[in-house]
Amino acid sequence: MSTRITYREAVREALREALAADPRVFLMGEDVGRYGGCFAVSKGLLEEFGEERIRDTPLAESGFVGAGIGAALGGMRPIVEIMTGNFSLLALDQIINTAATLCHMSGGQFHVPLVIRMGTGAGRQLAAQHSHSFEGWYAHVPGIRIAVPATIDDARGMLRAALASPDPVLIFEPISLYNMEGEVTEAASAVRLEGAAIRRPGRDLSVITSGASLWKCLEAADALASEGVEAEVIDLRMLRPLDDAMLLESLARTHRALVVDEGWRSVGLAAEVGMRLVEQGFYELDAPVARVCTAEVPIPYPRHLEEAALPSAPVIAEAARRLVGHAK
Amino acid sequence: MRRSRLHTPKPHARPGETPDFSYLELSPAGVAPRPDINVRVRDINGLAYELIRVLDDEHRAVGPWNPHLDPSELQVGLRHMMLTRAFDDRMQRMQRSGKISFYMRSLGEEAVAVAQCMALRPTDMLFPAYRQQGLYVVRGRPLVDLMCQLLSNTRDMCKGRQLPVMYHWREGNIFSISGNLTTQFPQAVGWAMAAAIKGQDDIAASWIGEGSSAEADFHHAMLFASVYRAPVILNVVNNQWAISTFQGFAGGEHRSFAARGPGFGMAGLRVDGNDFLAVYAATQWAAERARMGAGATIMELVTYRAAAHSTSDDPSRYRPKDDYDRWPLGDPVERLKNHLIAIGEWSEDRHAALAAELDEHVTQSWRQAVTYGTLTEPPRLDPHLMFADVFKHMPEHLKKQEAQLHAELAGE
Repeated sequence: MSTRITYREAVREALREALAADPRVFLMGEDVGRYGGCFAVSKGLLEEFGEERIRDTPLAESGFVGAGIGAALGGMRPIVEIMTGNFSLLALDQIINTAATLCHMSGGQFHVPLVIRMGTGAGRQLAAQHSHSFEGWYAHVPGIRIAVPATIDDARGMLRAALASPDPVLIFEPISLYNMEGEVTEAASAVRLEGAAIRRPGRDLSVITSGASLWKCLEAADALASEGVEAEVIDLRMLRPLDDAMLLESLARTHRALVVDEGWRSVGLAAEVGMRLVEQGFYELDAPVARVCTAEVPIPYPRHLEEAALPSAPVIAEAARRLVGHAK
Repeated sequence: MRRSRLHTPKPHARPGETPDFSYLELSPAGVAPRPDINVRVRDINGLAYELIRVLDDEHRAVGPWNPHLDPSELQVGLRHMMLTRAFDDRMQRMQRSGKISFYMRSLGEEAVAVAQCMALRPTDMLFPAYRQQGLYVVRGRPLVDLMCQLLSNTRDMCKGRQLPVMYHWREGNIFSISGNLTTQFPQAVGWAMAAAIKGQDDIAASWIGEGSSAEADFHHAMLFASVYRAPVILNVVNNQWAISTFQGFAGGEHRSFAARGPGFGMAGLRVDGNDFLAVYAATQWAAERARMGAGATIMELVTYRAAAHSTSDDPSRYRPKDDYDRWPLGDPVERLKNHLIAIGEWSEDRHAALAAELDEHVTQSWRQAVTYGTLTEPPRLDPHLMFADVFKHMPEHLKKQEAQLHAELAGE
């Protein structure tokens, strides 16, 4: 049996399930209560669970992430919502210097079972200060798990897996996907916090991506298929830990790889994925690893400029054609 | 023509000048009123400016804040402070002789951690800064364990993953110390929120220096504690100096740090931090207030950092050499000792005997600690340990990196 809902509703369902299942769980963040969250994810949950469990906070990211760490140490299972990735910069020290390090620094004595959700990515005309893709950046840091649900099933299932993790988990929800509709399938109840997923099988090249770019890659793969090029599209899902094994397995079949990342190109996630392929799969490669990333500029505001800065299906398709020697 | 001019706070004296502590605005002992614990914040604004003091110049305990502790408890408090001092003194010397790389003493402010910890319950969660080693002494952590951390040896509680003095103790309910400052303040508030959500009456207490009150997390913590009335005590140890900048640079000129409390709608108490009885009584008041759900308290403990900030700085370069000699609130150990003598419960001979006993205890502890390894001598921490605890369960890539290190070390 399956149900058709939006990505937003899938996350809300996940929150509802978590709140109902465990009295230690509570949601905390700016405007998550009466307002229902800046992307309306928690709409209705205040009425259902009350203000003790859907907790509006003052506008202080370092404050509520710090409090979330403390509450997690105190035996609760807090879910902290940060509106968008840029606001997490105001809590960076709490995330990187406490949440990510504490278990290690304390010789394994203190754990921070904290889940932080935040919106990520561009595509909603929110301009330079609200359109970042920092998930690759955070994935650089040991001690935290980085999840990027790109599908309805992952949006529905990753939160449960994250709450079961003894480590801090950051979930990056691409804001351009909140209105996307799709099916929740049986698979949502078995979602794990590890492993990449093949979203479309193919034999000619591996297109490796995550987040909102997944759908652009699938669109590009459709176009390529009509030209007789079969792209295998892989959704990384987890940026830490990265699933090297699946990437290498795919590469062993296709011998060509294109990495698509909404982050900036230099020193980014695409560079890391590409390097792993070269390091571990060099002799499988029939062509240099290629990448399509966001232009290295602050994200512009007007729709046409924003779109021009981001990876797009036509650009991805063209990069794929070059890779298989079918460039137009 | 008029023009704007920037003010640069000036300390009362720099090297070569005569110390002048008239800026402190001291109240006589026994004068500050002791309100009901559920008093409204607006009715006790004065306590954020006055100085809560119990011990007077004749070493008597006077006024409404006298906690009327049994002499045996006072003797325990004295012992804890003296042990903290003996430990500090020895570790300072060990650093100077190259046995440990870094140390921070709490000389002159021992009453803060010791009296506060004694006034709290063992189940209350403590989020200290780096100068509250007295908490460990009061809660009974053997000195050997602290020394092993300083030596980063095979018995290091941090397994070689933190700077010296950055202790932690989960079973003792003492949280890890952070190198970035004041981060523990909102964490303490969050822990307190969790306690209240769970319906427990344990509280959290946290400490920072007055210099660290400039950090954003201070303001966040104050706001969250006030907004949710979290059961927490937020302590600002005003020891006058943040390395070389004096408390005026943190905004302490002409207003107290306790006065930040009323600004946030929170009780603020300004306490003589070198007066064991006053510190104990004020903490007891704030703890009871937090426990009954009447809200958080910010407590400013007025004291003086008699030693250097750490083993890395030389205070004679930024303050007069005789600064501490002229400090008007005296020495916390001496003051409690004189009080006990005044009430006939102590003597110079007993004091000297206790000092010798504690010194010997420190010596024996050190002897034991070094058998588990030193900075230069084995046994040493196993390098493989560094891969553990990054995540609770070791992921594949770390297993690979561990194996790689193993191979590299085997090939040496």
